[in-house]
Amino acid sequence: MIKLQLPISEAAIRELKMGDEVLISGLMVTARDAAHKYIHENWPDWLKPIMENSMIYHCGPVVKKHEDGSWSFVAAGPTTSIREEPYEAAVMEYYKVRAVIGKGGMGEKTLAGLAKSGGVYLHAIGGLAASLAKSVVKVKDVYMLEELGVPEAFWHIEVKEFPAVVTMDSHGGSLHKSIKAHSDEVAKKLIFG
Amino acid sequence: MFQYDERKLKDQLLELIRLAATDLPKDVVESIQAAHTDEPEGSAAKSVFGMILKNIELARAESTPICQDTGTNIYLVYIPEGVGMRKLTSLIKEATAEAVDKSYLRPNAVDSLTGKNSGNNIGEGQPFIHFEEWDNDFIEFKLMLKGGGCENVSTQYKLPDVGLGAGRDLDGVYKVIVDAVNQAQGLGCAPGILGIGIGGDRAASHLGAKTQLFRKMTDTNSNPDLAVLETKLKGDLNKLGVGPMGFGGNTTVMGVKMGSMHRLPASFFVSISYMCWAYRRHSMTLNIKGEVSYD
Ligand code: SF4
Repeated sequence: MIKLQLPISEAAIRELKMGDEVLISGLMVTARDAAHKYIHENWPDWLKPIMENSMIYHCGPVVKKHEDGSWSFVAAGPTTSIREEPYEAAVMEYYKVRAVIGKGGMGEKTLAGLAKSGGVYLHAIGGLAASLAKSVVKVKDVYMLEELGVPEAFWHIEVKEFPAVVTMDSHGGSLHKSIKAHSDEVAKKLIFG
Repeated sequence: MFQYDERKLKDQLLELIRLAATDLPKDVVESIQAAHTDEPEGSAAKSVFGMILKNIELARAESTPICQDTGTNIYLVYIPEGVGMRKLTSLIKEATAEAVDKSYLRPNAVDSLTGKNSGNNIGEGQPFIHFEEWDNDFIEFKLMLKGGGCENVSTQYKLPDVGLGAGRDLDGVYKVIVDAVNQAQGLGCAPGILGIGIGGDRAASHLGAKTQLFRKMTDTNSNPDLAVLETKLKGDLNKLGVGPMGFGGNTTVMGVKMGSMHRLPASFFVSISYMCWAYRRHSMTLNIKGEVSYD
């Protein structure tokens, strides 16, 4: 297990290799479909301090609002990342984002972007909502809640020892590609004999 | 005439939703435990299954959702003759909205035209409720929560499929299922459970596939040919090595459940409903005395 503390430098991120297991602590922000679409149409400045040398988490949480107006995450597992493929490389480069966390991996465009701007793809465990919610120790703020709704809003959160696996690194390595290459071979044999 | 107390039933339905969202059924947990045992010490697969099992415990203990995607809420409701469907539908919707307030469910119903979330998990076609009349003198509500990640890798084939060399027979059915699971990789939060619908028109085929997912993990298909094929597919699909989350491993699917129905001479559909490991389903029966029992 490698411990990562946010904010994190490009150099530290470039040391990570496909297959590394990591535990992340610090401030990051959630963003999924509507949020990515919004960024791509507006490129807002207010996101810069939130995203620089930090991470984007593909997550649509279940949240709870407390009587004092504060929030907490009740469930906080990852959502499918590939839907952000058209946007992610550009977003990471523009805002100097060092990692995206999600599930299912991403495509060639993002893989190339990771190498270029210095980033990794971190795979969280899908469906670990209850446990991962425990790793979200604080909801610092929420942006565009009214416009985007709970699952799609930008939640600025502090995490502690959030577990993930590096499945795409900044050297062109992709665990998704190697697993697929193997299973393609097996499937071919099963189907065509 | 079957009668029930509406206020009470609404609360009983709320409890059904709570159970479905926060408590994974025993047969599913046992399958995950078996998968955990089957992975070598020190592998990523082993640690993933370990985390999954811990998460299941935690969700149950704290009554919080197992997965944040509380999915499409799919109800199969079996009613004695004369029980009104509209009233039951509105009670289910009422319980659904309350479950959102209690954070058992996420507001998950988005207007397809405007993109606006309804905020209470209710909308056109949400929750999905299918009624059938039966001869028993009690009502049964079966509920499954099916998330978007695994629904997105669910698919439908039309036989023959020339590219896969799949003809209009059980061998053809086998081939398209292998292809579907290989295409899905870890994306549906593997390991998956497959509900397979053979035949029907496109819509009936998909519904047939989903209905299969209400079976228990441990049951045996009453059709001997399908029973053999279910076992063979489970073994062969696990050779793909996709593993939990697609990190690689010995368990890619935990079960295959197949059903068939009549079709037109001109069409032969095979529908594959992929369910993720967070295989949330529970049922509730309501008898004439107003007593409920959950499974
Ligand atoms: S596929 Fe299942 S486990 Fe994965 S995020 Fe969706 S509902 Fe959760």
